[in-house]
Amino acid sequence: MSETKTYTVSIYTENNVGLLNRISAIFQRRKINIESLNTSISEIEGVSKFTIVINLTEDRVKKVIGQLEKQVEVIKAYYHTDEETIFLETCLFKIKSDLLFEERQIQNIIKESSARIVTVNKEFFVLEKAGRRSEIDLLYRELSAFGIMQFTRSGRISVSKEEMKISSMLAEFAE
Amino acid sequence: MGNTQTIKLQDTAVEATQRLTGKEAIIKCLLAEGVDTLYGYPGGAIMPVYDELYKYQDKLHHVLTRHEQGATHAAQGYARVSGKVGVAIATSGPGATNLITGIADAQIDSTPMVCITGQVASHLLGSDAFQETDIIGISTPVTKWNYQITKASEIPEVLAKAFYIAKSGRPGPVLIDITKDAQFEEFDFAYKKCKAVRSYKPVPKLNPDSVKAAADLINNAKKPMIVWGQGVILGKAEEEFKAVVEKSGVPAAWTILGVSAIPTDHPLNVGMVGMHGNYGPNVLTNECDVLIAIGMRFDDRVTGNLETYAKQAKVIHFEIDPAEVNKNVEADIAVLGNSKETLAALLPLLEEKQHTDWHNRFKELYQIEYDKIIKNDITPEKEGLTMGEVLEGINKVSKGDAVIVSDVGQHQMIACRYAKFNKSKSNVTSGGLGTMGFALPAAIGAKMGAPNRPVVAIIGDGGYQMTIQELGTIFQTKVPVKIVVLNNDFLGMVRQWQQLFFDRRYASTELINPDFVAIAKGYFIEAKSVSKREDLAGAISEMLAAEGPYFLEVKVEKEDNVFPMIPTGASVSDIRLE
Repeated sequence: MSETKTYTVSIYTENNVGLLNRISAIFQRRKINIESLNTSISEIEGVSKFTIVINLTEDRVKKVIGQLEKQVEVIKAYYHTDEETIFLETCLFKIKSDLLFEERQIQNIIKESSARIVTVNKEFFVLEKAGRRSEIDLLYRELSAFGIMQFTRSGRISVSKEEMKISSMLAEFAE
Repeated sequence: MGNTQTIKLQDTAVEATQRLTGKEAIIKCLLAEGVDTLYGYPGGAIMPVYDELYKYQDKLHHVLTRHEQGATHAAQGYARVSGKVGVAIATSGPGATNLITGIADAQIDSTPMVCITGQVASHLLGSDAFQETDIIGISTPVTKWNYQITKASEIPEVLAKAFYIAKSGRPGPVLIDITKDAQFEEFDFAYKKCKAVRSYKPVPKLNPDSVKAAADLINNAKKPMIVWGQGVILGKAEEEFKAVVEKSGVPAAWTILGVSAIPTDHPLNVGMVGMHGNYGPNVLTNECDVLIAIGMRFDDRVTGNLETYAKQAKVIHFEIDPAEVNKNVEADIAVLGNSKETLAALLPLLEEKQHTDWHNRFKELYQIEYDKIIKNDITPEKEGLTMGEVLEGINKVSKGDAVIVSDVGQHQMIACRYAKFNKSKSNVTSGGLGTMGFALPAAIGAKMGAPNRPVVAIIGDGGYQMTIQELGTIFQTKVPVKIVVLNNDFLGMVRQWQQLFFDRRYASTELINPDFVAIAKGYFIEAKSVSKREDLAGAISEMLAAEGPYFLEVKVEKEDNVFPMIPTGASVSDIRLE
């Protein structure tokens, strides 16, 4: 058996109700845990993109890709290692505003992490940070010491280094 | 994802429109797709469509089954013998959920089927309304495609797409859920057949290099062997397949869904592979130098232990579904495409060969199997009747022209092993899902799909009682199916496993059965029971000569086993003869 690795699965699809269910069922049926999932529009109008992170052997990833591509409304599915993509996650921290003025250290943390303050009011401020998981985890640990009112982190978003020829593929389907 | 329900227009050309209600549009769509028979069961959320079916009785034959599961199996039987799309229709909630077993069966056995379900009115969706169920969510993993219609204007395009998807490429079931308000709504109707769906590529492009590589490997092989599956039949490639087999001289074995693509008696047909398949093709799978898989998916019942399956052989896989390649068995060469196309491309590249010595190996092993098993199965000397002699008796009268519909279990393996077939699309059975209760309703559909052929259902006493209510459908429609129940008062295959692997602890496998003849007669179906050898041949002749439906119970030996057998987890070459 080959080793498990982190793979980013990118799926270009039609934008139809129920497709999320159909796609997640393919992972569920094989008892594959989805580490993160993001859906968005893509570079092509009317085409959606799923970005799914899984930990799996390459052999199994290939089979999952085959099952994904078999779905009527899936245009194309790819899998990539971390080295083959540019990826990040984004997160939001909600923190008491008092701390911003009382704890000088917080200002240093914000500066060093290149996090961005999205909004400030009397009660709280919101900090946004985009980057690798490890950077976000570090920021989380540092801010935890002061107390975090709310935290949320997005799924991974990524673009591949190689070209994804979706437009030409769509033209081929139309042939 | 977003809330927009995007339907991609396949073709913007609009034909003459007319103002119609959704319910009438559904009927018009079915007629436009060439549907003449459909199987179903009415109920609240689908009543508007039934109201239209009432008006269109002369054009659309609706068969009222006694349970929605029966409707799906009947639609499957119809599709399997006719090559057309089977259609089943049901109401929302329990009507829809009752379709699921048949849909799952059609999915795993690649049967083209369109199921239409009624749904509560769109304003009630998600409110736990009476007979509301999320059938789209429930059916997603077992459908090739599904879609919920909430506006009448979606009906023509979605139904056109449903039929196209169900029958194109590797066929499969499609479910369309239609809310009750959409059935009543009026709109401007125009119908256009679907010819393509963006994002869906039903048949991969043929790669001539792969065909050439496959031909080279076959031409240079010393001990090649073909294993073919249903892909030959679904691809309508019987002629091309026969030509390839005859020119290459390669011994050809079949999976239970592939059988009948070439006649049983064809000299190059070496029998069945898999758990209860023939001795020769199973053993020699692990001796051949090139294994040519055509339209089959290396199911675990075919391969036994994958770690020891055909490891010595180069594998060529002819396949329409790219996801099947390298799924279970690594292919050295994959030839993607429709079997009709790929085999036609292969034929001119093949050299004419005989492989006489290699064929003799199959013959030797057949002789061993004949002496140890087949002889005792089909011409037994013991007192009790065997399932094999019943099949042999049917062969003698039908001469291989009958469609054989089997259920699941010992009788199914015996039917597939011993039934003789002259024509393609003659073996209807639940292969992948192994659905007990499949055969009786499937036989109804098969007879309607092939009205000029005798249709014989071979069923065990267990599976028969899972859908026995369909005797009502047979009585009402007078469909002349012949029903043979091979009764051993046991769930025979499970009992066989209990005997072999669980020290004869027969947990819940013995059946105390009713008077099956009385039940058939209760439905006014001609019926007979046979328990003596001297009565068997006469009863079979009488059954096949009868004009209407006929029920024949054969009381067979209670504790017979099906051999050969590859125990679970064993290698194909470790197949047991006893």
